[in-house]
Amino acid sequence: MTGDALVIDALGRRCPIPIIELAKQIGDIEIGATVVVLSDDAAARVDIPVWCRMKGQEYVDATPAERGIAYRVRRVS
Amino acid sequence: MGFRRCYGAAVPISPGYFDYASTAPLHPAARAALLAAYDDGWADPSRLYGVARRARIALDDARARIAGVVGARPDEVSFTASGTTSVHAALAGALAGRARVGTRLVTSAVEHSAVLALARQHEAAGGESVTIPVDRAGRIDVERFTTAVTAQTAVASLQHANHEVGTLQPVAEVAAICAAVGVPLHVDAAQSLGRIAVSMTELGASLLSASAHKWGGPPGVGLLVVRKGVRWRSNAPEDDREGGRVPGFENVPAIVAAAAALEARQGEMAAEAVRLSALVDTIRGVLAQRIDDIEIVGDPVGRLPHLVTFSCLYVDGEALLHALDRAGFAVSSGSSCTSSTLTPSHVLEAMGVLTHGNIRISLGRDTVDQQVRALLDALPAIVAALRDTDRADGS
Repeated sequence: MTGDALVIDALGRRCPIPIIELAKQIGDIEIGATVVVLSDDAAARVDIPVWCRMKGQEYVDATPAERGIAYRVRRVS
Repeated sequence: MGFRRCYGAAVPISPGYFDYASTAPLHPAARAALLAAYDDGWADPSRLYGVARRARIALDDARARIAGVVGARPDEVSFTASGTTSVHAALAGALAGRARVGTRLVTSAVEHSAVLALARQHEAAGGESVTIPVDRAGRIDVERFTTAVTAQTAVASLQHANHEVGTLQPVAEVAAICAAVGVPLHVDAAQSLGRIAVSMTELGASLLSASAHKWGGPPGVGLLVVRKGVRWRSNAPEDDREGGRVPGFENVPAIVAAAAALEARQGEMAAEAVRLSALVDTIRGVLAQRIDDIEIVGDPVGRLPHLVTFSCLYVDGEALLHALDRAGFAVSSGSSCTSSTLTPSHVLEAMGVLTHGNIRISLGRDTVDQQVRALLDALPAIVAALRDTDRADGS
């Protein structure tokens, strides 16, 4: 996770909690920096990219983590 | 007669019922036909005495009337126990009948789970299945569907309209392509029959399935149409009922009632479609205006008249469903927390739209303007109460 400004551990939390946490905390990082949301909720793989589309942020990628999946989002606005 | 008055009387349905896409209460025309058929159509339609012949006449008459509505020949129409059973039979029969041509089944990512479950079973048994993606509105990619339908394809399956978001599919276009390569197209009309015109000729469908409880008929009647000339073979052990396509004793009273409901619906359909579609337009407009961070999904124009689906950012779908229930409104949801498997709706996922905070509102012949107004008055406050504004600023 090196290079990511923030990691949100939402493991074990069901949607919409991972999205709520992402929305709440993305403002804490600089524009251009990335945040990682760790989630094992099946809805996150759809809802994180959709949230980025709705909110004008950049969805970077998703990579399998030790537990769950690491969704990377770049703050662009 | 006191008994019949007691149990046969029309019970007013819940004034907050907004789940007609799941099932509709019995149409009054079906209720009358059902009771009459229990009195005079209960005998075995395969037997050769008076009361049995009356059951046979009632069954054949219902078959002819339903065939007339969908533009098929009566001998192409069979009745199963459910829409799901019809879908399974339609596809399994086409796959079996055309096994020598190939094993490929082409379908879309937003089909009813009955189609997708059969496709998975087909794959597990060594067959090939190709699933075509959809755009943001839930409409299939015709180009990719076309490419996937090869001369080695056993059967293609496409819904007339989507059951969760209402988007109409380009069925006739796809059917023309299938016909050009000699591949039969199965059309799942479960959500459209009785709502909009369903003509097998105009759609170009080789096989069609639907379910009576969705159009105001009784539960327990699935419609299966297999056009003449389509290679189709039942996987069930031999049985001579329903033209050898569906084994077992026919539920004649329910089938008679299903035909009565469908005919009644055909008569009401044009006016109802206009009325309900206008209500859906109102719902779409008002929700977009009164609720922030809402995604109203599906095609706003090329859609079924009676349903609308939306998702509210930062809202738990299950909590929303229960809050609406407490307020007297019955709706359905495609959010993962409302499913037994905790996975979001495959339809919403395939469309790439928000899956949490999801609600489907669907209307029917008993829906009146005041009910819709009550729902629209209640929804914004319910959504706001569920949103934790301290934790999600929505920015």
